[in-house]
Amino acid sequence: MGIEGIGARVARKEDKRFITGKGRYTDDMSVPGMKHAAFVRSPHAHAVIKGIDTSEAKKMPGVIGVLAGAEMKTDGIGSLICGWMIHSKDGSPMNMGDWRPLAETKVRYVGDAVAIVVADTKAQARDAAEAVKVDYEVLPAVTSAVDALKPGAPQIHDNAPGNQIYDWEIGDLDAVDKAIASAAHVTTLDIVNNRLVPNAMEPRAALGVYDEAEDHYTCWTTSQNPHVARLVMSAFYNVAPENKLRVIAPDVGGGFGSKIYIYPEEITCLWASKKTGVPVKWVADRTESFLTDAHGRDHVTTIKMAFDADNKITALKADTIANLGAYMSLFSSVVPTYLHAILYSGQYVIPAIHCNMRTAYTNTVPVDAYRGAGRPETTYALERVVETAARELGVSPAELRRKNFIREWPYQTPVILQYDSGDYEASLDAAMKAADYDGFPERKAEAESRGKKRGIGMSCYIEACGIAPSQAIGSLGAGVGLWESAEIRVNAVGTVEILTGSHSHGQGHETTFAQLVSDRFGVPIDSVSVVHGDTDKVQMGMGTYGSRSGPVGMSAVVKALDKVEKKAKMIAAHLLEADESDIVIENGQVKVAGTDKALGWHEVALNAYTAHNLPADMEPGLKETAFFDPANFSFPAGCHICEVEVDPDTGKVEIVQFVASDDFGNIINPMIVEGQVHGGLAQGIGQALLENASYDPETGQLLTASYMDYTMPRADDLPSYHVSNTVTPSPLNPLGIKGCGEAGAIGSPPALINAITDAIGNNNLNMPATPQRVWAAINAA
Amino acid sequence: MYETHYHRAGSVDEATKLMADAEGGKYVAGGQTLIPTMKQRLAAPDSLIDLRHIADLKGVTVNGKDVRIGAGTPHAEVAGSTQLQAVCPGICYLAGHIGDPHVRHMGTIGGSIANNDPAADYPSAMLALDATIHTSKREISAGDFFIGMFETALEEDEIVTAVSFTAPDKCAYSKFPNPASRYAMAGVFVAKSGDGVRVGVTGAGMDGVFRWEEAEAALASDFSAAALDGLSVNAGDMLEDMHGSSEYRANLVKVMAKRAVAAIS
Ligand SMILES: Cc1cc2nc3c(=O)[nH]c(=O)nc-3n(C[C@H](O)[C@H](O)[C@H](O)COP(=O)(O)OP(=O)(O)OC[C@H]3O[C@@H](n4cnc5c(N)ncnc54)[C@H](O)[C@@H]3O)c2cc1C
Repeated sequence: MGIEGIGARVARKEDKRFITGKGRYTDDMSVPGMKHAAFVRSPHAHAVIKGIDTSEAKKMPGVIGVLAGAEMKTDGIGSLICGWMIHSKDGSPMNMGDWRPLAETKVRYVGDAVAIVVADTKAQARDAAEAVKVDYEVLPAVTSAVDALKPGAPQIHDNAPGNQIYDWEIGDLDAVDKAIASAAHVTTLDIVNNRLVPNAMEPRAALGVYDEAEDHYTCWTTSQNPHVARLVMSAFYNVAPENKLRVIAPDVGGGFGSKIYIYPEEITCLWASKKTGVPVKWVADRTESFLTDAHGRDHVTTIKMAFDADNKITALKADTIANLGAYMSLFSSVVPTYLHAILYSGQYVIPAIHCNMRTAYTNTVPVDAYRGAGRPETTYALERVVETAARELGVSPAELRRKNFIREWPYQTPVILQYDSGDYEASLDAAMKAADYDGFPERKAEAESRGKKRGIGMSCYIEACGIAPSQAIGSLGAGVGLWESAEIRVNAVGTVEILTGSHSHGQGHETTFAQLVSDRFGVPIDSVSVVHGDTDKVQMGMGTYGSRSGPVGMSAVVKALDKVEKKAKMIAAHLLEADESDIVIENGQVKVAGTDKALGWHEVALNAYTAHNLPADMEPGLKETAFFDPANFSFPAGCHICEVEVDPDTGKVEIVQFVASDDFGNIINPMIVEGQVHGGLAQGIGQALLENASYDPETGQLLTASYMDYTMPRADDLPSYHVSNTVTPSPLNPLGIKGCGEAGAIGSPPALINAITDAIGNNNLNMPATPQRVWAAINAA
Repeated sequence: MYETHYHRAGSVDEATKLMADAEGGKYVAGGQTLIPTMKQRLAAPDSLIDLRHIADLKGVTVNGKDVRIGAGTPHAEVAGSTQLQAVCPGICYLAGHIGDPHVRHMGTIGGSIANNDPAADYPSAMLALDATIHTSKREISAGDFFIGMFETALEEDEIVTAVSFTAPDKCAYSKFPNPASRYAMAGVFVAKSGDGVRVGVTGAGMDGVFRWEEAEAALASDFSAAALDGLSVNAGDMLEDMHGSSEYRANLVKVMAKRAVAAIS
């Protein structure tokens, strides 16, 4: 591997700037003449806008412009779109309600943007925003999807009768119902997947600059996918054609999905820059983040699992209502369908599966992908029902899972997906060993002597990463292809630039991507730079989410490296007068195998650019581009085991052990992978124990709009994890990578809740398992 | 934050004078409550009169069992005072469990009791220790000082200068933090001295901090956790919010009281 190659625990190159406060985020960007924006936002969850009076605001000190939605419409700025078409089971297309960047006629959630104020200072902009008078006629609001679908619920969009977006299904309902009817045992469970706020450390921000002389726009923004932002802003929002719009996502402080989407604010800042003639910067404060960043999860599910007399699973049926909020965010439609329902086979052979999914509008901020995106919801329902079944059947949860494991790959599930490779028993065994599963009864007895209730729970998860094969997702309704691109530029002195369409907002690409080059050419990673996040530098890319930078982004890099390597070898063969097939690259040397004839890597590079002595017909230069379109998703899987102690007097849960044994395929940098797992676990534990976005059901006000009420995981809420890996390489990409970014958040919640319900002897417990809820469940048991 | 005028006072007198001259002025000490409220534009004082540079308001003095804590003393200094630890460890423990290190190095005891947040920790100790609150105008017993949620006996321009109390024989504080804010969902300060036992409860009561007199009586005759077994506070008098029902808070009050007693019996 070499000390900096594939598999090496290289320290992150980018961390020096991050931990010394030298990162360059959108809010650090400054351009001459730049002014500041504040948004006028709806204080109501649902109201008709009867009038907007900006006259007072326009007179306030420092104010340059106050702009509202009507003008924006006149200027032809388009509505926000959802980029994935889902059809209901009756064949009708999903009901996409109109989402104006600045609401003109109606507001639909607390925080909905109504107008933008541009002023000399941020404080002046805020003062003036308060002076904008909006005449609202307040309407009744609905915040839960279940309530929104009930007859008589407030109607949120005219074109979505009964607030339904789609009523979709997958699988063979007849077969499932028959299997359930003839089953030896059926376990049924009602599940709530609590709603979460993504809470990236850096709030969203945008700086829009219109250059009148060039008729050109530049947008600095907190994006996970700047090229997609440019594409959508030019193709759908009519901000500017792509060649006149540059989008730059510089350092971005975390996204977790919430920065995939193109929000009203960046569009509005660009438009406002043209209208006012000044560059316009907006930076969300934390309250705006809570109110307006797309939230995650929010499903209510009934799940049934059927077994034969031998405890083999015969069918699975899931019926879910999902809350998509007030508008359909960019990928909101696919999260509960093709990122969720098609994973219901989990790690098990399940002959018949059916999932029905109804989605609804509510008077809450839009819901979209959040770390795991659909797969945590599946895994939570599935792994709780399996564990519950084991208890009902009186068998060991581990053995029930083992008995039903898939054991041959590729494995075709009844719900579209074909799993690439795996060894689920290996991760189960590794986790059970690491957790000393067999020693649990002794530890439980010991805890009891201290007045504590101890419990153990597991979860065997699967997820689909590396989104996605373009043709396949196109046939399922995707509006884009999800390949990735890379360009390798070898400079004349042998240093290397990787241009990638992947975007790093915490993942460590500057290190891991450089490791690929180091591994290939033997150059130190210090002489490899990663260029990303700028549509003027990187030709095209689809960005980072869904654990795709490894399986898809790095695969594109590998393909480009293949081309560079081939050309470098041709040059070397020519210079060394050897056959191309005899050339090898080792430790920074390009050699004729088995001889001492060699050139330094930098000499080959220099020759490519001096072009004094190249093979006949060869073009000068050493720079290659590649696109990689995956043949399938990749399927990381693993086993998480959690052990808790519950204080019966207060209901407080302490995680005393957490073991994660994950199969991510091949690993480029184990330290970074561990970091991804740790972060994912923190968010999964957050969902299971702490976090909950709660709206007042009557007024639609977000009750958890600050850290005083929204419980973010802190260091002392989390245990010291025991993480390890088993490896079955993915056969579907050149590196054999499966992806690791979301596994922690996917696998951990059910393990934790299974452990708590085991400890307290009451399975009727919803996330987050707060002290009060656990205490109540103990006392109800 | 709205625009405001900043004034730095060098003495208590100067501070009161600045307040008299200001229109809509507010004292600021650690700023750990006031500044976040201003940043959210929920408070908009025209003038801020900074008490942080008044030397008289600072420091902990311990004379035998007599304790005096200047109103401007930050929580971290109370938590770390070895003199105080020797005579009244309960209050050091309490101060050490307020917020996080940033908050403890900025926030002050005067600001905390003047604010009288129903979930703040200090007020429970003030009641249990039968403390005297010294102000720029008078001395007020803790029992008379705390009136209700965010309400005290302070007049608009009155400044807390110090708190004083006689250290009890034994004392302990037990806190169940709100999972999100880490303020008290139930915090119980138990102090035992020759005069008897006093139990101050914060975080739970609908009217803010209160004394649990039933528990005091029970503990006076039998100072053990078991003495509280048959008692309970009335759930109907407890706060209820998304983090805890009133029944849950009533339970926590009892559990925290028992733990505080158990720690010193
Ligand atoms: C993140 C965070 C967590 C916290 N956690 C806790 C916790 O767990 N427990 C807890 O008890 N508290 C907690 N606090 C509050 C903290 O203890 C504050 O410091 C305290 O409540 C106010 O003290 P201050 O000195 O900061 O007052 P300031 O914020 O400066 O002032 C608060 C109020 O008191 C008035 N005031 C200040 N000093 C005086 C005085 N000497 N005389 C008269 N009026 C005065 C001010 O005018 C203002 O109205 C937390 C705060 C934060 C920000």
